[in-house]
Amino acid sequence: MARFRGRGMASVNYPIGMNLGGDPSQALIHSNPDGKFTVALSAIDLGQGMKQVTRQVAAETLGVPVEDVYVDTADSDTGPHDMGSFASRGTHRMGNAVIAAAREARGVLLEAAAEELEVNAADLVTDGKGNIHVKGAPSRAITVRATAQAAQFKQGKTIAGRGIFLIPLSSVDPETGEMNPNTAFAHACLVADVEVDDETGEVAVLGMSSAYELGRVINPKMVEQQLVGGAWMGISHALYETPEPYYPNPDHGPRDFNEYLMPGPGDIAPYSITILERPAPDGPFGGKGPGEMCANPVLPAIANAVYNAIGVRVNDLPITPEKILRGLRANGGVKPQPRRGGAL
Amino acid sequence: MAKVPVQFRLNGSDRAAFADPADNLLTVLRRGLNDFGPKYGCGQGTCGTCSVLIDGELRLACLTLAASCEGASIETVSGMADGPSLHPLQNAFMEHFAAQCGFCTPGMLTAAKALLDRNPNPGREDVIDAIAGNICRCTGYEPIIQAILAAARTLPAQRRS
Ligand code: FES
Ligand code: FES
Repeated sequence: MARFRGRGMASVNYPIGMNLGGDPSQALIHSNPDGKFTVALSAIDLGQGMKQVTRQVAAETLGVPVEDVYVDTADSDTGPHDMGSFASRGTHRMGNAVIAAAREARGVLLEAAAEELEVNAADLVTDGKGNIHVKGAPSRAITVRATAQAAQFKQGKTIAGRGIFLIPLSSVDPETGEMNPNTAFAHACLVADVEVDDETGEVAVLGMSSAYELGRVINPKMVEQQLVGGAWMGISHALYETPEPYYPNPDHGPRDFNEYLMPGPGDIAPYSITILERPAPDGPFGGKGPGEMCANPVLPAIANAVYNAIGVRVNDLPITPEKILRGLRANGGVKPQPRRGGAL
Repeated sequence: MAKVPVQFRLNGSDRAAFADPADNLLTVLRRGLNDFGPKYGCGQGTCGTCSVLIDGELRLACLTLAASCEGASIETVSGMADGPSLHPLQNAFMEHFAAQCGFCTPGMLTAAKALLDRNPNPGREDVIDAIAGNICRCTGYEPIIQAILAAARTLPAQRRS
C-alpha cells in the first residue's frame, strides 16, 4: 500500500540507415522558368520533417533562398528510386542525394549565368537571396530568375541535377566474420524516474532527462519536436501499448481504440533534452538525424527504473500492472534496489 | 432507403445535401459537401479527429446523425481561418510545432477552439481536459498544450477580461 520511486538509465548507439543493397537514395532537381527549383524524391514525409530538411539542404547547396525550393514527394511511381522512409535514414541518405543533385544543378546554373554575363563560371558566386554575381564585383550580377529564363528560352539548357547516395554494400569477411554495415552512428543517453504503486501495480513516469548526439542539427525546432514526440511514444510502448498482450498467444488482442491503450495528454511526463552536435564526416552538412532513437532508450530506462524501485525485472513489454503484481508476488514483496545519483 | 434532404449552415454558408437517414455527419461533410477538414480516424468516437462544433458545442461528427443537424450551425476546421489570415490557434500550432503528420490537427484545433470560446483564460489542466478525447500519435501532446496556452494569451484582451 505504498508508492516506490526508482531511477533507470539507458544509452543507445544508433546506426543510421541500413546495409541492404547499399541503401541508396536518389534525387532529381530542376529549375522552373521562374527561377524556382523543384526537388523530386520518392521517400515520403509522414511528419518527421524530411521535406523541410531536404528543402534546406537543397537551398543551401544551390545557393538560393529556401522559399524558392519546393520538395515534391508525391509519387514513387514517377519519382527517382528510393529505399524508403525508415531506419532513421531520411536526413542522412536523402540529404546526401539532394546535395549531389543540387551541386550538379548549381553547376549548370552558374554556366548559364556566365554565358549571360560573358564571364567565367568559376568566377561566379551566389548570394543566397536569388542573385548571382562576379566574385568581388557585386554589380556584375544577374538574378537566378533571369538566368533560368535565359537557359530555358535562349540557351536551350536545362538547369537540372541528378543525385544518388550509395554506401557500397558491406559483406561479411569469411575469415573474421567482420563487417562494417554502417558509416554513421548517433548516440543518446536517457534517465527516467518512475513511481510504482505496489497495490495497483501502476507505473507513473515522473520525469525524464536525455542527451542526444545527432550530428549537425539541420533544423533545431524539428529535432526537438521529434525527440519530444518520440519520447512519448517510448513511454507508451514501455507501459501501455501492445497488439498482443499475451504474445505469442494472440488472445485478448485489442480491436480498436477502446481496447488499445495509449496515454493521453494527461499522462505525459516532464522531459528535458540536451542536444550535442558531432557532425558526421559523411553526413549532409554533418547531419545524422534523430529518427527512431527518439523512442528507443525510453523503454529500457523505464524497465530499469521499475527494477530500481521495487526489484521486479520485467522482461517483456509493455510493463503492465498485471506483470508488476505477478513479479511482486514471485519476489515475496517489494525489494527496492540501491540508487546512485541523488534523490528523486 | 430513400434519401432525405438535410440543410444546415456550414462555416457560415447555407448548405444542403441528400443523406441516407443512417448517414453520420462526417460522411455527409466529406462525401456530400467536400469538406475534408474533419478526418475519419476510427469512426466510433474514440480518436477525436472528426470533431466539429454544432451550435457552438464540441461534437464528434462520426457519432452524429446527419439528419439530426437540420437547421443547425456547424463549424469545421475548414472555416477557422478568416480568408488568408489564420486563426490565432492555427498560428500558435505552427509556431509551437504542434503538428507532425497532421492527422489529429483538425480535431485538436476544433477542441481547442471550443475551449477558448467558453474559457479564454484556460490553465494547463483545462487544456489537457479539453483535448483528452483527441489522440495524437506524433507530438507527445506537449507542443499542442503549449500552442493552445500561447493562443489563449494572444486573444484580444476584451475576450479574456
Ligand atoms: S472518427 Fe470520430 S472519433 Fe474517431
Ligand atoms: S500530429 Fe500526427 S497524430 Fe497528431
